[in-house]
Amino acid sequence: MSEPLVEIRDATVVIGGSRVLDGVNLRVDAGDFLGIIGPNGGGKTTLLRVILGLQRLASGTVRVFGLPPSEVRRRVGYVPQHLVFDRSFPITVREVALMGRLLHKGLFSRYSGSDRRIADEALATVGLSRLAGRSVGGLSGGELQRLLIARALVSEPELLLLDEPTASVDPEMKTSIYDLLDRLKQEMTIILVTHDTGTISRHVSRIACLNCTMVSHDSGKVNRQDVEHMYPYPVDIVVHGVPQRNLKSH
Amino acid sequence: MMEILHYEFMRNAIAAALLASLACGIIGSYVVVKKIGFISGGIAHSAFGGIGLGYFLGINPLVGLIPFSLLAAAGIGLLSKKAKVAEDTSIGTFWAAGMALGVLFIGLTPGYAPDLFSYLFGNILTVPRSDLLLILGLDIGIVATVLLLYKEFLALSFDEEYAEVSGLKTTLLYLLLLCLIALTVVILVRVAGIVMVVALLTIPAAIARRYTRTLSGMMGLATVLCALFTLGGLWISWLTDVPSGASIILLASAVFLAVHGKAFFGGGELAGRG
Repeated sequence: MSEPLVEIRDATVVIGGSRVLDGVNLRVDAGDFLGIIGPNGGGKTTLLRVILGLQRLASGTVRVFGLPPSEVRRRVGYVPQHLVFDRSFPITVREVALMGRLLHKGLFSRYSGSDRRIADEALATVGLSRLAGRSVGGLSGGELQRLLIARALVSEPELLLLDEPTASVDPEMKTSIYDLLDRLKQEMTIILVTHDTGTISRHVSRIACLNCTMVSHDSGKVNRQDVEHMYPYPVDIVVHGVPQRNLKSH
Repeated sequence: MMEILHYEFMRNAIAAALLASLACGIIGSYVVVKKIGFISGGIAHSAFGGIGLGYFLGINPLVGLIPFSLLAAAGIGLLSKKAKVAEDTSIGTFWAAGMALGVLFIGLTPGYAPDLFSYLFGNILTVPRSDLLLILGLDIGIVATVLLLYKEFLALSFDEEYAEVSGLKTTLLYLLLLCLIALTVVILVRVAGIVMVVALLTIPAAIARRYTRTLSGMMGLATVLCALFTLGGLWISWLTDVPSGASIILLASAVFLAVHGKAFFGGGELAGRG
């Protein structure tokens, strides 16, 4: 069996005295498209920050590509949940996409022609070529989300982490983001954090539920007990694969 | 009008205004987009301790100002980033403590402190040649640093978390930016005085932001505006015999209010653009 891309063992994270993650185990293999669902405050974003090496563990280990996360940042692309920024910030769409090249450039160097080409290709992939010279402040929520995905693609990642990319976009845009991810999963391993329990199961290869502890569904199936254990409120359960059907044991 | 160029102090004043505008436009743009005007005010005011130290040691107060303002920048930055002190609290502490030290040093210095008023409120008409060279040197340092680290500072200003994910040492970069602000304060003290420096760091850049789409464009326009304000204020000061620091700041403030005044009178477009 090949080495896992991401391997987290007994990870516990304490922030401000409370356990945000408690003994979490996770294994992600090359080519996986893992969906992580769970309630707000369940530690989903924290888990991504652990994989990015931004969050220190109280105990446990995390290995990405077999190494500590801070050593492999170049191979990991990150799409944050929602970018909090000043809408009047003077920056163009292309300049934001170019930030994805930061990882590949040394201090003091400037972006080159090939950096610009890679940025323009990524903008084309997410359908924003037309807006490349525009000011970022004028983008809609969906366009901004696609720009953040483009910026992550510009870093040419082998592993792509997305934090609720569809949280603040309209349904039509949501479909187009999932279509985009369906294309990207041919080329890279993807970990997606989301609330969209309904939609994701049609796209991902595995689902994990996270509420401080983690339940993983290797087959891509979720059962009601698990979900009810995670969510304090009723949840739609959808089973993967075509044709769609409901779980028997409802 | 050209006869004013016959006076050496006037030529020095114009040179100081143009050199100061360069640093002011570039660093002021970071101050505005990163919303650190209050920190800049804190660095400027606490740097008064350095002026007092200069008097006390009997050296050029601008030379005392450089290490002092750098220390104030590093102190404010570290205290708010590392020591879990609210940023405005640490700024306020440094602001007042620095001024108190300045007063203390001047009190300990025997005799009268000449030109004290011009350090507090600016007097561009008394810039000596030696200060011009100092300003030129600081300008070169600031421009070179920003040219070398443009993409890093842009990432830091726009999206600090992503800058960190990209492996940038964001705390170090932030402290470096604060130090560049401190050096800009040193340059601008001659023009506007430490009390009013913050206006020159914010007003030209804030106006420029409304008319530009990129940070580099904003820096260019802010530099031009700053030059117009300082030269315009200098000219008004020459014609009406009012203190130059005040005329420069009032001219800049008047243009700022005129540009943003539309919001008061039903323009309403400002809410979206800030």
